[in-house]
Amino acid sequence: MTVTDIRKDSQSRTMTLDAEFHASPERVWQLWGDPRQLERWWGPPTYPATVDTHDLRPGGQVQYHMTGPEGDQPRGYWNVDVVQPPYRLVFRDGFTNEDGTPNAELPMTTVQVTIQDIGGGKTRMSIESEFPSVEAMEQLAAMGMEEGLTQAVGQIDAILAEDPAEAG
Amino acid sequence: MQTVLDHDRIFGALGDATRRDIVRRAIEGEEGVAELTEHYLMSFAAVQKHIAILERAGLVSKHRMGRRKVVRTNLEGLRVARRLLDRYEELWRERVERMNQLINESPKEADR
Repeated sequence: MTVTDIRKDSQSRTMTLDAEFHASPERVWQLWGDPRQLERWWGPPTYPATVDTHDLRPGGQVQYHMTGPEGDQPRGYWNVDVVQPPYRLVFRDGFTNEDGTPNAELPMTTVQVTIQDIGGGKTRMSIESEFPSVEAMEQLAAMGMEEGLTQAVGQIDAILAEDPAEAG
Repeated sequence: MQTVLDHDRIFGALGDATRRDIVRRAIEGEEGVAELTEHYLMSFAAVQKHIAILERAGLVSKHRMGRRKVVRTNLEGLRVARRLLDRYEELWRERVERMNQLINESPKEADR
């Protein structure tokens, strides 16, 4: 299993997820640090993500949109707070209005990513998400996952078919 | 019975150890406020207050049982709280799955 642990605390509204990869910290960092990599995992199969801006510096912003089955394009952004490649990334994930301005009505989620070499060619990535409110969680869940796991499996197959050069 | 579920209230109410314990005990729904108070080192009024918070969140309700009133957990309220965190967990599990897929596509790069 890639995901090794999940801790959910309803009091502090946090979820911490630990995952282990057979890769170096540098490779795991690329998943966040390379916009082309980021857009291949951020959105679910039904809402693939496109990264429009990727200024991964403290005070910088990452802007993205997702494209839904009906052509709808929910937009979001990160306000980047901490960038320590390849070990640490902290940002606040928020929603954007159609005109590109931050949506102040929807609260932001703080995400802390910690990447560490655990030996044996393995790297552990911990993601701690802190929700300011339950509404934020609902909105994220609605935007992030229209379908269940079956769809995710379908997307993996699609990536393999689409990308023969990299996959081979 | 229709209960309006306020998500923030649910999480707020569950944010206290005593209240979580009351919710757990009230699943059986056979104890009233007085009986519940016996489990804690606090006054009847204090326990009553905790129960009132749980009631407002829709997590417990009082029911008449013969001549007594018992406190009973509203399981639907608990499920809503759980479901929200579960959905978010699922979202990230899927993302990590896709990350893993990407990493496996380029194993050579990983060693450099």
